[in-house]
Amino acid sequence: MSIEVDRAACTGCGRCADICPGSLLALDESGAAFIARPERCWGCASCVKECAAQAIALYLGEDIGGLGGRLTVRRDGPLLHWAVRLAGGETKVITVDGRDANRY
Amino acid sequence: MQEQGHNKMTPVSALRTCRVETDLLIIGGGTAGCFAALTFCKHSKGSVLIAEKADIRRSGCLAAGVNALNAYIAPGKAPQSYVDYARADAEGIVRGDLLLTMSEGLNEAAAELERLGLVILKDAGGGYAMRGERNVKINGENIKPLLAEAVRRHPQIRVLNHVNVTDLTLRDGAVRGAAAIDVRQPVFYEIAARAVLCATGGASGLYRPNNPGFSRHKMWYPPFNTGAGYAMGIRAGAEMTSLEMRFVALRCKGTIAPTGTLAQGVGARQVNARGEVYEGRYGLSTSQRLLGTVTENAEGRGPCCLRTAGITKGQSDDLLRAYLNMAPSQTLRWVESGRTPDVADVPIEGTEPYIVGGHTAAGYWVSTARETTLPGLYAAGDAAGGCPQKYVTGACVEGAIAARAAARALAETAGQQGGAETAPPAQSALAEAEGFLRRGQSGEQTDALEEEMQSVMDEYAGGIGQGYQCHAEGLAEADGKIRALEARAGGLGAADMQGLTWIYELRDRLTLCRSLIAHLAARRETRWPGFVRRADYPAKDDAFLLYVNSRMQGGEVSILHRPLVGEAETYEH
Repeated sequence: MSIEVDRAACTGCGRCADICPGSLLALDESGAAFIARPERCWGCASCVKECAAQAIALYLGEDIGGLGGRLTVRRDGPLLHWAVRLAGGETKVITVDGRDANRY
Repeated sequence: MQEQGHNKMTPVSALRTCRVETDLLIIGGGTAGCFAALTFCKHSKGSVLIAEKADIRRSGCLAAGVNALNAYIAPGKAPQSYVDYARADAEGIVRGDLLLTMSEGLNEAAAELERLGLVILKDAGGGYAMRGERNVKINGENIKPLLAEAVRRHPQIRVLNHVNVTDLTLRDGAVRGAAAIDVRQPVFYEIAARAVLCATGGASGLYRPNNPGFSRHKMWYPPFNTGAGYAMGIRAGAEMTSLEMRFVALRCKGTIAPTGTLAQGVGARQVNARGEVYEGRYGLSTSQRLLGTVTENAEGRGPCCLRTAGITKGQSDDLLRAYLNMAPSQTLRWVESGRTPDVADVPIEGTEPYIVGGHTAAGYWVSTARETTLPGLYAAGDAAGGCPQKYVTGACVEGAIAARAAARALAETAGQQGGAETAPPAQSALAEAEGFLRRGQSGEQTDALEEEMQSVMDEYAGGIGQGYQCHAEGLAEADGKIRALEARAGGLGAADMQGLTWIYELRDRLTLCRSLIAHLAARRETRWPGFVRRADYPAKDDAFLLYVNSRMQGGEVSILHRPLVGEAETYEH
């Protein structure tokens, strides 16, 4: 369970470093975000949601059966478009409307 | 107003001291802390300072979101019904007075959250749609950002994000402030306050977790909630209650995601490897639901699952969306494996034990106004004991009760000297912090000691590895080993503020372990077999229909037995 940063996509805004509840993200000397201790990540996805560039993806560690999928999210007003990029390259999108309550 | 910094890891050797004054200091800007700050400002013109280890927009156990308000009084029900439910669920070891004062405020807290922007599902009549008798369904993905925004807009409230309180500071036995470190900048804070509210949350990470490898922090409760609030109180001599009522959560295997949405939302039953529904054999209390799964596994009928296979594709798609709002890792698991809940049952397991006063009765021993036994210190939410099953709304109510009490106390002492002039000295805390930094980076030693602590607790104090069982001899062994670890932790070193923070987290967990072990040893019966079983006292013994409380004095934990506060009775200090 952890996150990875796409350094090419990272804009260096530092918002992920501010929001991480474990203060696990920082900016390196080139100004890109990095996580020095990925095993300390809780998997709350706060940074994933905070990143406007969709440069941060959540993944499941292989020790808990992770299969290489990467979860990112794009915010569009009240809509959150979550995308799972599977290891094989296919992407599945699930849209959640923030105005809708959970029904379960 | 919020203060932001840059996150640069810089080697540190000395700390700059920053002195801050406030009327009310709130330690921890989670749900209880934010709600307390907003409530205080309705009753006082005084200043509020929230000291938060992370950023209040995504801190505490609701960082990822939440899908239901699990404490709500349904139309036609009385607050007393919630008291009765929680009392039965905890086998009698609760404070009815605390539960009632909480229950009376639950619905107003839900209404206030809705006013702040929380989306709550409505029924055809415009009322809240209920999930069972006590739960309302919400979209709580943004519950922390909503609370944080209300706090940010309030001119009386100042937020110090990324500031970790390490110790309470006292004068003449009363709490008058706190010592803190910035988790990123080389700054030491000496905070002077006329009243202090501990709202830090509870404790994870005391025991070896379900997934001890790379995904060791993929746990139920935030790995960043380290029991600091309890530990700072324990060290200052506060009385604590019911720490032995640990909480063990029933969760989705691997991702440690919630199961309530599956059990209550789509009626998924607990089934063993033979396909037998077993949940009815053990009872349906929180502890019994867990006990069933643990027992089925121990007796060779695992793995256990929640039976979801056969639900409709529409229900499955709704579940995928619901989990994105609170535990996105579970949705990722379903999607990447292709084993969505309509086609495959969901494997479940019990977690390692946590100390968390929002679910069980563990925490500070408080009055109905949520005053701790230390004058000037209040507690609310997961930090406060005696009042289980608080969940989100209950944490809000406790924050509000404490805030109103603090506002009253400050009004009564208005005009008396306060603030920096009477700030108690925090030099010893500064010297300790600089001592850790002077020693410099001690490699992976902090991590290693934490792993050793979790191993000791697992093996000798009833962790997953022992099926949550412990006994007197093992607990005595655990106490000796934790004391030895405390001594070794005192010699750790850090090169930067993050390393220093991790040393304090270990220190606080070790402090709490000492008290927890004493509580486990003192309750010589098995009252909540799902949460903890005494192998040497395997039966419930009504001689223990009492509170096990404790205080640390001179480095030793002393146990007090207090009689139960009876129905319709009230306890005050």
